[in-house]
Amino acid sequence: METFVQQILNGLVLGSMYALVALGYTMVYGVLNLINFAHGDVLMIGAMVGLSILKLLEAWFPGLPGFVQLAVAILGAIPVAMLVNVLIERVAYRRLRNAPRLAPLITAIGVSILLQTFVMAMPWWGRSPLPFPQLLSSEPIMVGGAMISHTQVLLLVLAAVAMVGLVLLVERTKMGRAMRAVAENPRVAGLMGVDSNSVIVATFAIGAALAAVAGVMWGANYASITFTMGVLPGLKAFCAAVLGGIGNIYGAMIGGLLLGIIEALGAGYIGDLTGGFLGSHYQDIFAFVVLILVLTLRPSGIMGERVADRA
Amino acid sequence: MAFLTFDVHHNKRQATITMGLLLALMLAFPFFAAQYGNSWVRIIDIALLYIMLALGLNIVVGFAGLLDLGYIAFFAVGAYLTGLFSSPQFAALLESVVNYHPAIGESLVALFGPEIQQNGIHLSVWAIVPLAALVAALFGALLGAPTLKLRGDYLAIVTLGFGEIIRIFMNNLNDPINFTNGPQGINMIDPIRIFGVSLAGEAGSQSTVYIGSYGMPSVNAYYFLFLFLCIATIFITSRLQHSRLGRAWVAIREDEIAAKAMGINTRNVKLLAFSMGASFGGVAGAMFGAFQGFVSPESFSLTESIAVLAMVVLGGIGHIPGVVLGGVLLAALPEVLRHVVEPAQMAMFGKVIIEAEVLRQLLYGLALVAIMLVRPAGLWPSPNKEDRPNVANAREEEQEAAAV
Repeated sequence: METFVQQILNGLVLGSMYALVALGYTMVYGVLNLINFAHGDVLMIGAMVGLSILKLLEAWFPGLPGFVQLAVAILGAIPVAMLVNVLIERVAYRRLRNAPRLAPLITAIGVSILLQTFVMAMPWWGRSPLPFPQLLSSEPIMVGGAMISHTQVLLLVLAAVAMVGLVLLVERTKMGRAMRAVAENPRVAGLMGVDSNSVIVATFAIGAALAAVAGVMWGANYASITFTMGVLPGLKAFCAAVLGGIGNIYGAMIGGLLLGIIEALGAGYIGDLTGGFLGSHYQDIFAFVVLILVLTLRPSGIMGERVADRA
Repeated sequence: MAFLTFDVHHNKRQATITMGLLLALMLAFPFFAAQYGNSWVRIIDIALLYIMLALGLNIVVGFAGLLDLGYIAFFAVGAYLTGLFSSPQFAALLESVVNYHPAIGESLVALFGPEIQQNGIHLSVWAIVPLAALVAALFGALLGAPTLKLRGDYLAIVTLGFGEIIRIFMNNLNDPINFTNGPQGINMIDPIRIFGVSLAGEAGSQSTVYIGSYGMPSVNAYYFLFLFLCIATIFITSRLQHSRLGRAWVAIREDEIAAKAMGINTRNVKLLAFSMGASFGGVAGAMFGAFQGFVSPESFSLTESIAVLAMVVLGGIGHIPGVVLGGVLLAALPEVLRHVVEPAQMAMFGKVIIEAEVLRQLLYGLALVAIMLVRPAGLWPSPNKEDRPNVANAREEEQEAAAV
């Protein structure tokens, strides 16, 4: 029972990060019908920038409290990630908006490689894993026999705040209404006076901001980051978006949390279930299994609309 | 490149001459290159395998227009199949089964006999190649199946995931039952043996291969084998392209709904594209395993999948000579960078500022983005308009559709 509670908690923590990244995928997919393969690398850029800011803070203002440093790191990483993602849209996707599907997928992969190589080539980042400082108290908090760290609590709170903020933005503001209109039908939205280009830029920027939050918190939680760290979370977050129903922001949140919990429970129990044949290092295959199952049984996901090719 | 034509349909004589000349050059190459040491021939050997891979991927990406981002996984499947069935690894596998579950292990040992328990299975190349093609094709179809009804983007994600998953399996399937020997990989894979001639040279011959009394270095023998396989692959894929099936692939690439309306069984035709593309990867992988003598998970990273994709995209999606050109350029690139760029930097700045490895990746990424934006049909696009992925036209059509 204690393992169960612990794994659910781990799953929620993991899942809230997936949800933040999945939102970026799903929003872009909603307005452009495009998978932004480079989104995982935006998370990586967020984490890297966050780490650099922490180092600068330590050099210039030593002795700041941990949570202030973390807040500054996140607030600094957000605009950089936004800029990167908007640039990606401008360079790699905009000119290919009406090209066959294959073209933007290939440029997306190219951009992802370019971002990784860029980070790898920078002398202050480099290719070896970088330690991420532990800023909050390492004293664990006990919840019903399970442990959760301060960093993880902060992560859950941040994710919740970000998601509520996003829902308010999409449902209550003029920009949100424009986004929904472009997602519904870009041409008609254009006729109604919506500037679809600025809506698309805003979508990429918002997705990047969420990814940057997830990236910095990913570093704080796992204490180590590398230039390839974005690949797997990106892939899994996409699986989460599909699980929830791609194009639907509530779906991405639910899908992310659910996938996190599935993964944590799977990793916790796979050893017992298979009699020790498979161990917890197979954790990474669950997202993939979920993706295959969802695509086979219910491609529209939990909340999504029909996604079969309408071409 | 007017005199370099490979278009057998429109200019048969010219094409025959070009191909004959090229073949003569290719056959003479190792004797020329041997003067500069065997390492250059070795590099070309690997390049030929990558060209095979690129040609196989071209079936999926070029002909059928479906993006496969985990193509190297099929290469891995072929290589590990060779590792398991033509090295002592199977003995280690049996031993681990005996340790893990004695009853099953003993019955397996009884089934295979003491010889296999001692030395593992050593299948000949004639069994390995079809097996690798078949198993890889099966994996290809399995991967494609869930995404058949969906848009091609999903295939990209599923294959990307598969590429990562297969690495997890390669790294971890050594305990409790030792299939892959984990991160160390499988060693002592048998060299290829054709009609009793081992292409690695017999023991004590200092890796010289003797055919009758004529001897040549082992890398040259492999060169001729891989060259033959490459030519076979080019022949098969170009015949496929102009077959009924190839036309069906192109139809699906251009407009799936219209293709379906024309009576093409899109499900089967797409599955065939996945599995045929994969089978070439499997065969290339089997060759790779036997050539290297060992396989380990490192050789099959995501970067390699991207490299193969970059070859196809750079050369010309769907155009076989273009794909070969892309393969030659990008397979030779790392070596050129290592031998030219690093010494040049040393000479200019006194230290290596950008490593060759970094530059290589940078160029892959740039190639993918720049080609798609500037020249979507590749460096050497097909002379036949209908064979090219129709980027410009699609844009016009969409605008027309929007205008209606």
